[in-house]
Amino acid sequence: MLNVYLMGKKYEVPEGLTIMGAMEYAGYQLVRGCGCRNGFCGACATIYRIKGERELKVALACQTTVQEDMYVATLPFFPLEKQVYDINEVKADAQIMMQLYPEIYSCIGCNACTNGCSQGLDVMQYIAAAQRGDFATCAEISFDCVMCGICSSRCPAGISHPQVGVLARRINGKYIAPEAKHLTERVKEIQDGLCTEAIEAIMAKPINELKELYNTRDIEK
Amino acid sequence: MDYTKEMLASMAKVEAAREKNIALEPRRLTAEEKEALLNQYHPDYKDEGFTTIKVGPNAGQKAPIELNEMLEANSRVKDMDIDLSQVDYDVDVLVIGGGGSGSSAAIEAHEAGAKVMIVTKLRIGDANTMMAEGGIQAADKENDSPAQHYLDVMGGGHYANIPELVRKLVMDGPKSIKWLNELGVEFDKDSDGTMVTTHGGGTSRKRMHAAADYSGAEIMRTLRDEVLNREIPVVDFTAAIELIKDENGRCAGAVLQNMETGKILIARAKAVILATGGAGRMHYQGFPTSNHYGATADGLVLGYRAGAKLLYQDTLQYHPTGVAFPAQIFGALVTEKVRSMGAKLINSEGEAYIHPLETRDVNAAGVIRECSTNGKGVDTGMGKAVWLDTPMIDMIHGEGTLEKRLPAMLRMYMKYDIDIRKVPILIYPTLHYQNGGLEINDKDETCVPGLYVAGEAAGGIHGRNRLMGNSLLDIIVFGRNAGQVAAEAVKTVEVGKLNLNHVDEYAAELAKAGISSDMVSPKLLPNYANGRKAI
Repeated sequence: MLNVYLMGKKYEVPEGLTIMGAMEYAGYQLVRGCGCRNGFCGACATIYRIKGERELKVALACQTTVQEDMYVATLPFFPLEKQVYDINEVKADAQIMMQLYPEIYSCIGCNACTNGCSQGLDVMQYIAAAQRGDFATCAEISFDCVMCGICSSRCPAGISHPQVGVLARRINGKYIAPEAKHLTERVKEIQDGLCTEAIEAIMAKPINELKELYNTRDIEK
Repeated sequence: MDYTKEMLASMAKVEAAREKNIALEPRRLTAEEKEALLNQYHPDYKDEGFTTIKVGPNAGQKAPIELNEMLEANSRVKDMDIDLSQVDYDVDVLVIGGGGSGSSAAIEAHEAGAKVMIVTKLRIGDANTMMAEGGIQAADKENDSPAQHYLDVMGGGHYANIPELVRKLVMDGPKSIKWLNELGVEFDKDSDGTMVTTHGGGTSRKRMHAAADYSGAEIMRTLRDEVLNREIPVVDFTAAIELIKDENGRCAGAVLQNMETGKILIARAKAVILATGGAGRMHYQGFPTSNHYGATADGLVLGYRAGAKLLYQDTLQYHPTGVAFPAQIFGALVTEKVRSMGAKLINSEGEAYIHPLETRDVNAAGVIRECSTNGKGVDTGMGKAVWLDTPMIDMIHGEGTLEKRLPAMLRMYMKYDIDIRKVPILIYPTLHYQNGGLEINDKDETCVPGLYVAGEAAGGIHGRNRLMGNSLLDIIVFGRNAGQVAAEAVKTVEVGKLNLNHVDEYAAELAKAGISSDMVSPKLLPNYANGRKAI
């Protein structure tokens, strides 16, 4: 058994559990701070310190194993600032960042955001890219962000990093990445009714013919 | 990681056979072989996991025991003094559920000018959509067509799919991808804009679009951002615990309950869209699950009590590759994209015993066969498992490929010091998807006027087995559709006096059938507290 301190209170839990599992073992019926339980949703942001160590660490509670003498504080909500915009009206230049998230230009380069990222992303670098209006780079570096908000909780400039990342990715996906021409063409073909005859023909087939078609269909290599 | 001697010995066999196994193209099973494998090993075919529904529109049909318990449980409003005249929220369209389908529905209803609101028991985005890794299908390449997609969907679903729903799915596929792309979803593309597409189990064309292995997360966070940009009200940490009808028999809202304070709130609406998602947290037949915390079949219970019909409630999808080791992530998903990119399934003896891209039900049954009667499973301490030989990916496509295309998988295992570029991983089927659900038509309508269903809570689209990549597609196609259809319908709706008579009538039916229960439903959340196993 291990000793862990959940919100400062001591509990004994078996080795090998995640922090989330340890909380449940201790008797917590979670409502807050628990979402996908698989490291994708950012609901279970957690700050911890091993007794006697100076360094504060951050993690997702569902993805991190408990350790002896771990002091755990969960961060089930952090007030990120999300600005409202119309994706069809924005332009892919630095102006939009200046307008919506001007606080990014107050970054003092302390790197606390990067040190605090539960995903191990270089958060400060993607904020720097956003400052330059380099949305493609900002999108790429921020891509694995689960929006847990730990970065923002540690930022002296009050930046809402995850929201900056979302904006950059949406601009990049919509305006900067090249158009998929085959997609545009297929959408038009369907709209023009060019696929209707084939779909109706296959729908009209008796089940035995459909099975035969399926069992003998060629599979792209 | 602390592997046992047995694991290490078996891993050595996998490594020794790797080059040979890469070159091998395992034979595809014939229709008869697949049928035999499913019959003998797939959990859907195990009678002891099921019981017979006794009341309601599907009485006499088979359902998982745990789902039937919820259908026979007491309403949460039983013995509550609920005043339906005190309306807290009054909207045109009430969307229950904040995942991919609910968000898509809300965006389209808003676009059509309806007053729409989302209510969700956790946060918007706490949903299986967020966790979908591998990708989204759509027939948009030159060698492909909606008809070809249709054939794959029907064959994969064992021809039980509702044809009009499949037609809608495949014909609206390309425009759904375009819609997402225009909202800013970052699909993997070549430098000329061509979508990077791969196979999924049971596909005949490479039509799996992806955003690395964060495909669902990328879609979900974009949809969430769009909902917030439109300033659509999202009432979070609030569960729908019963639907409300009006005196004309239309669905006209829901009784809501704050998950933290317990406060009851009444939402009145001209139309209700159930987008409550799946049921993995019901842990059917004791399986672990890849699903999010709130996947407890709530919508099925609410809809059923209100008179909507279930369809294929007895077919569940067990994803063949759930994590079997280490214990901390037991049951988590290892995306099918790992197999799309060339990793093969290998038993304890180092044999590539099956084609890795058979449909999910067939591959799940195959893993169970290796681990049971074939005696070629590896003991993990929590049961048996087979290998998924991940190092094959970089050997086939070049170093760095796995890191670039499967970053979430790499990260998940690295937290336990397992480098999946270098060592294979142990997997076993995990409860992944509810193939069935509430019966809808191609307008997302149920047989209850004013009640629409979208996403995993709906049944019929995927027949008795869903293909990879068709769920992300389904939530977009049918989510948007529900929003559009409901927004149009509400233009002529006048809501009458509200009542909960259907809840009392359903309870009376249960009593008449001699059924009493000490449980309440919908379940809302699983209970893992105090050492109950979070399987």
